[in-house]
Order: sequence, then C-alpha cells, then structure tokens
Amino acid sequence: MIVLLGVVVVILGFVTRRNPVLVVGVAGIVTGLLGRMDPLEVLAAFGRSFADSRSVTVYAIVLPVIGLLERYGLREQARNLIGRLGRLSAGRFLTVYLLVRQVTAAFGLNSIGGPAQTVRPLVAPMAEAAAERSTGAKLPERWREKVRSYSASADTVGVFFGEDCFIAIGSILLITGFVNSTYHQDIEPTQLALWAIPLAVCAFVIHGARLLLMDRQLEREMAVAAAEHDLPLPEGADK
Amino acid sequence: MIKVEWLYWLIGLVFVVMAVQMAADRSNPKRWTSAAFWGLLGLTFPYGTGVANATAKNGDWTLPAEPLGVAVLALIVLAGFNFLGKGVPVTTTGEQREASAARLGNKIFVPALTIPLVAIVCASVLDESGLFETGKATLLGLGLGCVVALVVGMLVTGEKKLSVPVHSGRSMLEAMGSALLLPQLLAVLGSIFAVAGVGDQVGDIMNKVLPDDSKYLAVIAYCVGMFLFTVIMGNAFAAFPVMTAAIGWPVLIQQMHGNEPAVLAIGMLAGFAGTLCTPMAANFNIVPATLLELKDQYGPIKAQLPTGIALLGCCTVIMALFAF
Repeated sequence: MIVLLGVVVVILGFVTRRNPVLVVGVAGIVTGLLGRMDPLEVLAAFGRSFADSRSVTVYAIVLPVIGLLERYGLREQARNLIGRLGRLSAGRFLTVYLLVRQVTAAFGLNSIGGPAQTVRPLVAPMAEAAAERSTGAKLPERWREKVRSYSASADTVGVFFGEDCFIAIGSILLITGFVNSTYHQDIEPTQLALWAIPLAVCAFVIHGARLLLMDRQLEREMAVAAAEHDLPLPEGADK
Repeated sequence: MIKVEWLYWLIGLVFVVMAVQMAADRSNPKRWTSAAFWGLLGLTFPYGTGVANATAKNGDWTLPAEPLGVAVLALIVLAGFNFLGKGVPVTTTGEQREASAARLGNKIFVPALTIPLVAIVCASVLDESGLFETGKATLLGLGLGCVVALVVGMLVTGEKKLSVPVHSGRSMLEAMGSALLLPQLLAVLGSIFAVAGVGDQVGDIMNKVLPDDSKYLAVIAYCVGMFLFTVIMGNAFAAFPVMTAAIGWPVLIQQMHGNEPAVLAIGMLAGFAGTLCTPMAANFNIVPATLLELKDQYGPIKAQLPTGIALLGCCTVIMALFAF
C-alpha cells in the first residue's frame, strides 16, 4: 500500500504546479525506494527505462528542417494559401484535418502528422489564417491561443482514435500480447481493430462538432466586439 | 539493414552539436549549464544503445545501466532547478519572411511534405523489403524523411550554410526547454511504478471495493478505472495490464461472459480518452503547448477535456450494450 505514495507525490506535484521534471524525478526515486529497491537498483531502473524510451524523443530530429523553412516564410505561406481557399473557417479546416489524421492513422500512417511535423508549421498557422479570414479581423490573443490549442487537439484526437483501427499498431499488439500470454488465448488483432471503429466514429462526431462550435463561438464574440467598437460613445464619455 | 540505433546516434549527434553551439553563445545567460544539459542528453543516446543491448541480450556489446541513471538524475537537476537558458535567436524579420514566402510561393511546402511522404513510403512500400530493422520502419521513415527534407529544403530555399538549420532547430529546442525531456522521464516513472508494484496495489483496492454481481457497475469500474489510472500514469499502456487483471478479465470476461475483443479493445480506448485529459501524457499535451508557444501550457488539455470525458461515456455505453 505504501508504494501508492509515489502516485500521491505526482498528483501533489502537478496540483501545486512544481517543475514537472522535478516532480517526476522525485516520484520515481520515492516509489523505487518505497518499493524496497536499493539505491543502485533505482539508478539502474532509471537508466534502463530511459534508454528503452528513446523513441519518444525522436521528433527532435524534425526541428532543424522546420526551423529552416520557418526562416524562409513557411508559416506565412501557409496563411497565404488558406487565405485563397474560399470560405474555409478554422473549425471546418480543423475538422477536415481531424478526418485526414484519423483515416491515415487507421492505415498505420501515424507518424506523418504530429505537433512538430505538421501542427506547428502548417495546421496551426492555417487555422489561424482561416479564423482571421472568416471573421474579417485580427484575432485577439486569447483566441489565437485557443485556435492553436484546438489545432493540437485535432491532431491528438485524430491519431488516438484512428490508429486502433489498424492491426499492427502498438496498442493492439499490446492487448493481444498481454492477453494471449497471460490467459492463454488466441485473440486476433483484426477482431480488436473492428471494435475500435465505432469509437473512431464517436470521436470524429464529438470532436468535429466541438471544432465547428468553436467557429460559432468565435464569430459571435467577434461580432459583439465589433458592435461594441462601433457603438457611439455616450455623451461626455471623453471627459 | 538500417537499424533504429543509427537514428538514435544521429539525434544524439544533433544534440551534441547544438550543445557546442550553445556553449559559444554569449547571448545565453546560462550558456554553460544549458550546454551541459543538451550535451549530456545527446550522449545518453549512443550510451543507451549499450544499455538497450544489455536488456535485449542479443550478444552485442553492452554497457551498465547505473551510469546512465546518474546522467538522468543530473539532467533532472539541471532542468528541475532552472539551469536552462535561452540565447537570442538570429533569424529573419516578419517582412523578410513575407518577401521570401512571396518569392518561393508554394514551393516552400515541398520539403515540409517530404517528411510525411518519405515516412509513408518507408512504412508501406519499403517495410517488407528488409531494408529496415523489423517493426521500426515508421520510426526510421520519420528520421529518413527529415534528412531528405533537409537536403530538399536547402535546395529549395537556396540556403548554403548547414549552420542555419542547426541554429534554427537549436532556438526551437531552447524554447521548449525541459518539456522535451518530460515524455522520456514519464516512461521511466511508468516502468518504476510497474517494478515497485503500484499496479497490483490498485488492483487489490478495486477488487475490495467492487460488488460481485452488477454487470453495469463492473463495466463502469473498468472504463472509469482505465480512464483515471491513465490520467495518473499518463499512459494507457501502463494502465491496461493493471485494470484488465483487476476487473476486465476476471469479472467482465470470466464471470459475466463478455465478448473478449470488445471488452479489451474498448477498455484500451477508455484509457486513450484519459490520455487526452492529463499533463502526465506530456508528449501529446504539454509538448504541443510549448511548440506552439502558448502562454497556457494546459491549453491543449482544455481543448480536449470535454471530448475525452464524452468519449469515456461512449466507451462505457458501447461496452455495456454490445459486449455482452
């Protein structure tokens, strides 16, 4: 029971907004020691799992390319391009991206998108441009943040609820690997992938609807702001 | 055969080169500690090859894991006590970018689209060719795509100096800071939780709390448990064996005769719904916030939270209606 204190450390750390790197490091050491590992074992566990998880940092290799292209106006051109694409609002654009991300992930192509590869250089600037175009005004800072956050969310929701429809993906293989070896079953990956389809549809409907709702909320707020701006000042307001 | 370790060495090299640049960058007030952090991180990549070989026991050269553990603690101290600084990036102005965008037009998208294109070709066409280490074609495709895209990018933009992309990438690294390390550290925490038996404890509690005969309560406990445990661990893969051993298998499948693939697949997806809602899933939720230069690092989570909770509801309802 006492090892659960490690979980408590994590929760407290995030609630009190301590530096997350420090929180995770302390929680790891505390849990290891409470779990009756000796200090050398804790060190070895840190080293081993750090080495085994190097793949999650691979996206850093994308940064020099994107940095170079941004220097030469990649984000500006992404905005220009969307500006020419008719009546495309931010929500509609992101809904299309969500669908593309889900369908490609369902075919196993889950690393063609991502925050570094596509969201920062292409999707977020395009969504911002679409929002500015459809409302006809510069986005306030709060909305710029919101449009960017929704761009990241379209990517994440898309890949999570698309990839499980593909049989060679990590999570499907983890399920079959765990169940077939622990309980001596022979579940086929295709049976699992089939059950991921209804939830992929739910994810598209729910998140797509929220992306479109964001459009309406944005339009309403911008209209109110514009109306307030045009309102004649009350008598003597300048005094 | 192209091995995934080669890609890790390339990334390590990129970090080390950037660290050397940082050490020479006088505009960074914390240049020595910043250089130490990124240089040390770079060195963990090739050293990690030796440690990974030791766990896999495939007869290659091996290295002990303890020194790497010490290095990881040093990285935690450097990042955790704010020893990371930023230099002033040397870059183009807004007008220069507009002008260059007008000059290059849509050609500037070619290198950006090269990355996914090469990744697709590697993952689909070349996967079976034996050119890549088994099961690593997508990852290697991403790495290869970046190398090709860098060459294409320099040709398209007419940039001659390799130091320019390295510098631009370094500015992005400095902007991200310790967030870049977090996903790997969370993976470390997950495996320590597993070794220390955190999962078993949660399973025990679940078994004590749950009544014996209610199908719907058990479905809710499994789905909500997957969701909450993923929120705490940041990873549905860590939650899955725990919750499945606690409820999914013994109660839902053996006792209530649920459809196995349905229960297991939907249970995993309830965990994915949890991943949308937690800062512990840093690579999906915190890293995008830093990459997009958001002031609120929880922005993406706020955008995903209602969707995640709604999807948890969908998982629970679909499992309750169709899995039995």
